[in-house]
Amino acid sequence: MLQVKYKEIIDTAGVSGVSDLQVREQDNVLYIDGTAPSGAVKDQLWAVYDKIDPNFVSGDLVLNVNVDVAATVTKVKVVTQSSNLNIRKGPGTDQPIVGKAAHHEIITLVSQSSEQWWLVRTDDGEEGYSYARYLEPVVE
Amino acid sequence: MKNMKVTKGLAVIMIALAVGFVSCKPKDADIKTAVEQAISAIPDAAGATIEVKDGIATITGEFKDETARIAAETAAKAVKGVKSVVNNGTVAAPVVVAPVEVSADAALISAVADAVKDFGTVKADVKDGIITLTGEIQKTNLPKLMMSLNALKPKKVDNKLTVK
Repeated sequence: MLQVKYKEIIDTAGVSGVSDLQVREQDNVLYIDGTAPSGAVKDQLWAVYDKIDPNFVSGDLVLNVNVDVAATVTKVKVVTQSSNLNIRKGPGTDQPIVGKAAHHEIITLVSQSSEQWWLVRTDDGEEGYSYARYLEPVVE
Repeated sequence: MKNMKVTKGLAVIMIALAVGFVSCKPKDADIKTAVEQAISAIPDAAGATIEVKDGIATITGEFKDETARIAAETAAKAVKGVKSVVNNGTVAAPVVVAPVEVSADAALISAVADAVKDFGTVKADVKDGIITLTGEIQKTNLPKLMMSLNALKPKKVDNKLTVK
């Protein structure tokens, strides 16, 4: 029973305010979906996952918990490791680069066009899509 | 004299009827209690309601499944004083769990390419919704990559990466 193996993740999600929580088992894979109230909660769930299944090697869990970004968020911080962040014409790495945002620069979030790609604009007026993994909502 | 006799006869009949009524009324209530008690022993029959009139027990309410609905009817029939059972109980619609949605390979391939692009030492293959990772990765980057891949609705992620 995978729900037993990963019980701590499900329990943690329950007490930390994850909404729309869905736990399903299909063909020997457990699927946990939900919306986390913050990035910290998502990181916590992944830390529990890493503890139960070190380095995520078992291939028996798909943990899809996204962070709920409030509609009031208009600014995001570039959280690349050190490099500049590409801003592209469309949502995909095959799209031409139309601009760049510096590491730790705070730019405008225009819209979240998908979970992976957000439409952003720099103060210089460069507008396009950046990979959401490298963008952190700035709470004012 | 004849009239007196008729009146007397009527009175006797009326008394008999009245006695009959009085003895009938509490019986239905008693039967109802007994039926309720019998049904309360059945799991998944908590939503049942019982009415008894002239020894006819009517069952209404929602049962978890058909087994519970039939069990309630059987239990009611076995109660002393029940002449017949009208089973108007319904069965709750089963809870439908939506199947897990897995992305099509074409969409998954481009999304996976986007996700692994910044990890040059990682190779990702997609087949039948399964993402297979080979190559190597820094430990600090592994959760970042896995978070991205798990959000793409894969069937599963087969992680064969060497973690540095």
